[in-house]
Amino acid sequence: MPAAVVNPTRMELTRLKGKLRTAQRGHKLLKDKRDELMKQFLDVVREVRTLRSQVERDLMRVHSSFTVASALMSGPAMEQALMYPKQSVELSMTFQNVMSVNVPVYHFQTRTADNGDIYPYGFAATSGELDAAVGALGEVFQNMLKLAEIEKTAQLMAEEIEKTRRRVNALEYVVIPNTQDSIRYITMKLDENDRATTTRLMKVKDMILKEAIEQRQAENARVLEQN
Amino acid sequence: MADNYRIAAIGDKDSVLGFKALGLSVFPVESLDEARHTLHRIAKENYAVVYLTEQLAVQMEADIARYKDALTPAVILIPGKEGSLGLGMSNIKKAVERAVGADIL
Repeated sequence: MPAAVVNPTRMELTRLKGKLRTAQRGHKLLKDKRDELMKQFLDVVREVRTLRSQVERDLMRVHSSFTVASALMSGPAMEQALMYPKQSVELSMTFQNVMSVNVPVYHFQTRTADNGDIYPYGFAATSGELDAAVGALGEVFQNMLKLAEIEKTAQLMAEEIEKTRRRVNALEYVVIPNTQDSIRYITMKLDENDRATTTRLMKVKDMILKEAIEQRQAENARVLEQN
Repeated sequence: MADNYRIAAIGDKDSVLGFKALGLSVFPVESLDEARHTLHRIAKENYAVVYLTEQLAVQMEADIARYKDALTPAVILIPGKEGSLGLGMSNIKKAVERAVGADIL
């Protein structure tokens, strides 16, 4: 049964056939897109997982060294030491197109190029543990930025895959079968109309013939009677 | 295209103070409401990456979900000083489930 009421006309049939062709081609293309996205997505996810566990581990180490540092220094002194950063990070962002998904690519520049020159305080008033903590954090930070980039990529790709998957399914299980049903319905209806016309013509022909024969017979009878 | 963006870190003071030395914008927050407020405020500004501690994130999932599909900011969870809650990992899992329909990793 067709889902919606369709006009059983040739014009509608042509339209539906075109629609079916488009739907089938779209389905094939979207399916390819989904498969490729999925492949890349899984690669990204694997990368995220390893990087994240590494970053989390490193950060915990940094936290513990900060804790040690704050135990050795007074709170205000530590705050004061960190208050005016020497380092500043400038982040620029460009986009990369992965299968029609725009994913961010971060490029960052630090103001002081040397990684060993990031300590915003004099060494006299602070404890050595703080240096270690800040230094370690600077190292983790590279990975943290990379993590931000690929984790965002994974999120955006997940969204796109979900959308594509829905579209593929809608085409595969709704649009294409419905159109096929409609086409079948129209072809059947048109064939039925054809047959109806043929039989009607045959019937009409029979009737005309019968009439003609009867007329001829009556005429013959009249002629015979006259003779 | 290549505008300059900034990076933010939100969390309790002890967890995020260190990021200040690296030149990040640090927003120490005391309460959950403050964290929510800060997140929404800086999302409108020129921040590309926001690092948020898991201790806060666990209670503001709805707020984070709002930025999941947006290009900026990328809200990235980091463990606070109390340790990791495994939230960042489970978020990856959720993304996989969302994309594939099942957890396949």
